[in-house]
Amino acid sequence: MTTLHISDVTLTFGGLNALTEVNITIEPGLITSLIGPNGAGKTSVLNCVSGFYHPSKGTIRYGEQDITRASPHQVSNMGIARAFQNLELFRGLSVLDNLLLARHQSLRYSIFHALIFYGKASRMEAENRAYVEKVIDFMELEPYRKSRVGNLSYGVQKRVEVARALTLAPQLLLLDEPMAGMNIEEKEDIVRFIIDLKMEWDITVVLVEHDLGVVMDISDQVYVLDFGELIGSGNPEEVAADTRVIEAYIGEEHT
Amino acid sequence: MDDRKHLLTLSIPQLLRWRVAKTGDKIALREKDYGCWNSYSWNEYYDFVRKTGLGLRQIGFGKGEKVAVISDNIPETLFVALGAQAVGGLSAAIYQTSLPQEIADILNYLGISIVFCNDQEQVDKVTDVRESITAVKKVIYEDSRGMRGYRGDDWYISIDEIYDLGEELHRRQPELFDTLVDAGAADDVCHFCLTSGTTGLPKGAMLTHRNYINMGLQLTEVDPLEETDEYVSFLPFAWIGEQMNSFGVAMATGIAINFPESVETSMDDLKEIGPHFMFGAPRIYETIRSQIWLKIDESYWLNRLIYTYFMKIGERAAGYRMSGKTLPVGLRFQAWLGKQMIYRPLVNQIGFLRLRRAYTGGAALGPELFTFYQAIGVNLKQIYGQTEIVGIAYMHRDGDVRPDTVGKPLPATECRISEDGEILSRSASVTPGYYNLPEKTEELLAGGWLHSGDAGYIDDNGHLVVIDRISDVMHTAAGEMFSPMFLENRLKFSPYIKEAVIFGDGREYVAALINVDPIVVGKWAEDRGLSFSTYMELSGLKEVASLIKGEVASINSSAEQPHFRIHRFALLYKLLDMDDGELTKTGKIRRKYVREKYEDLYEALYDSGVDQKDVEAFYQYQDGQTSTVTTTLHFHTMDRP
Repeated sequence: MTTLHISDVTLTFGGLNALTEVNITIEPGLITSLIGPNGAGKTSVLNCVSGFYHPSKGTIRYGEQDITRASPHQVSNMGIARAFQNLELFRGLSVLDNLLLARHQSLRYSIFHALIFYGKASRMEAENRAYVEKVIDFMELEPYRKSRVGNLSYGVQKRVEVARALTLAPQLLLLDEPMAGMNIEEKEDIVRFIIDLKMEWDITVVLVEHDLGVVMDISDQVYVLDFGELIGSGNPEEVAADTRVIEAYIGEEHT
Repeated sequence: MDDRKHLLTLSIPQLLRWRVAKTGDKIALREKDYGCWNSYSWNEYYDFVRKTGLGLRQIGFGKGEKVAVISDNIPETLFVALGAQAVGGLSAAIYQTSLPQEIADILNYLGISIVFCNDQEQVDKVTDVRESITAVKKVIYEDSRGMRGYRGDDWYISIDEIYDLGEELHRRQPELFDTLVDAGAADDVCHFCLTSGTTGLPKGAMLTHRNYINMGLQLTEVDPLEETDEYVSFLPFAWIGEQMNSFGVAMATGIAINFPESVETSMDDLKEIGPHFMFGAPRIYETIRSQIWLKIDESYWLNRLIYTYFMKIGERAAGYRMSGKTLPVGLRFQAWLGKQMIYRPLVNQIGFLRLRRAYTGGAALGPELFTFYQAIGVNLKQIYGQTEIVGIAYMHRDGDVRPDTVGKPLPATECRISEDGEILSRSASVTPGYYNLPEKTEELLAGGWLHSGDAGYIDDNGHLVVIDRISDVMHTAAGEMFSPMFLENRLKFSPYIKEAVIFGDGREYVAALINVDPIVVGKWAEDRGLSFSTYMELSGLKEVASLIKGEVASINSSAEQPHFRIHRFALLYKLLDMDDGELTKTGKIRRKYVREKYEDLYEALYDSGVDQKDVEAFYQYQDGQTSTVTTTLHFHTMDRP
């Protein structure tokens, strides 16, 4: 099990500091949530981890490896997968194709094998499909297997997005607002999936989420960001009691 | 056929063993899992039943004890039920939608000692009432997902552990299982089938091995099935409609049962399997037709044109076919052309291409639905029966399908109409009675006949016609008799009407609360550019009201008797729902409850001075949250002719 260390990370766009000396430790096997008002830098943290942005200062280490300058595909090969807030799916492809495609980098056969589709190629594709089916079963996507993603409801598309990240068999899963725009029932489903991921698949989860009820219920560790700075951290009870957090996130109490 | 008579002397596990000897390598069960169809041969089927039966014995399940299954349709459901029966026990099935307290009441009433659940959802419900179900020794689960919280508590055991225990016992005593199966007798009660009570606790009808096997044999005497035929198991197992097929028909004929991947995928899975026969409540056939209509409606003009043209031809040809008359040459050619161009591809799309017979039962089906399905070449037939006679006792014969009747009795089934007009039946499939309810049993089987509680008569062609429940027939203030269900079905035959509740007992006229069909009417409204976001808004649209008014007027114009006409109606702001207690588990209306719940609307229906009324709609969401919305309900009065 591997720990993710984000140390003194600063991310600058021109004169603007998106993140300022942020320190976060993601312990393996736990659900860690990042919360904060809009524009606080939550997604920027995820972008730095997954290699979309490279921090101007500071380091990101995954276990022994320094991934501060790693590219997105290198990060994903290390077992870090991400589900995007704005769905990054092929809308014209079926759910199954989207998921199969997401695993292309784990396929190790040559174009020659692919042409005759015998031996290694067909065996790997079968293994590939078996893994994808495991994910479909887990995310309860059976009814939509052959549906085009673009035709599905938003809630189901979000589930497909999480499933797409899962097909990479990650050890660390970054979820960027997986519940945004969902109704209560869909949220309950996603919460159940996240808890099951942690408990049954032993996946470390980093959750960026606005629904505080959900965050406080399921997180083991919470980090609070405001204007790119870390203003609080701890277990949900500690964070909920932190006055700075209450001021920044929920607003000051007027008496 | 004669060689099948001896099957009646076997118990269901003995019959299963006989199947193994006859066609052991043939596929008996198929289950879709992880996107693949996995099959079990009769040999494997029997192996699993043995493992389960002996495993149950190992956890202290003795002769005469009872196991309850609360599960989606999966092969394990049959393994557990048949395993229990094989070792001298009994099985019972509970609807997956039952609430914890209902489950506890049923478990206690039947004296269940082992419960089988397919997943965490069902296990959680049983756990909720653990304190009150002291007789339950173990809970067996199939899917271990989400069960981590229960680990370490030996009240719970996985089905795999049961298999292991059974396998181990079989190794030590290889003769034991056969001896146990031999001890079974055809007349032993093997299963409790719960009757869908509209009030109070359901009654457990005791059914014997012979009851089931006889039903399977008699049904297939009329409509034979091949051993290679396929059946898709998508009805709730707790309903007699599913058990009669998996215990009765499949065992009697050796067909394969296919289990869908999940409840939501069953219609897609049905398409993949292409069953040879199916049975379903009218709702299923209504839904499929609505979907066809929607798709055709969205298709381009040439498709629509061809469809409309050939549907008319098909309906005319169906008229001939249903009454067994020969088609005139011209019509036969046109119907053949229609089959190639429209019906066959259409039927293929819904997965009915190989279907030889489709049965509908449980409630009435609109005459035009019969014609529709017969027109596209689906041999849809009405059946009639009760849980207490293993589901099917009457049905249409090929070439003699009359939409207003339920057909003729099966072979070896006698039918009589009592002096009060009640339908009475007698056959080898009739239950020995209700469990622990001697008075109800006495009522049910008085005089050696099964009392259906339905009013009916036998028409000139020897077909049985069912009117309604004897207890449900109503009288207007003037004392004129009418059947609310009959009128509700009339309304529901309109594609725009999903559900209707008829009132009028002791009143001067008949009135109705109507649910518009959200899909069909939603599409209708969209096509006309009418905006709405919720069902409540859709039902409240003026245009929708006049659409339904037109439908009611046309139904009124064809009413057999003047007092059958619906004088006033209102469109209800929410769909009647099982979870709200307005419908029974099988989708029938709980009339008394609906009347009480909407008392103020009921009063307004009979107060001609009221045109509209503000009502507070109370919602309970699935997570238990509630909310209240205020809306205005309009009452519509029909013109007197």
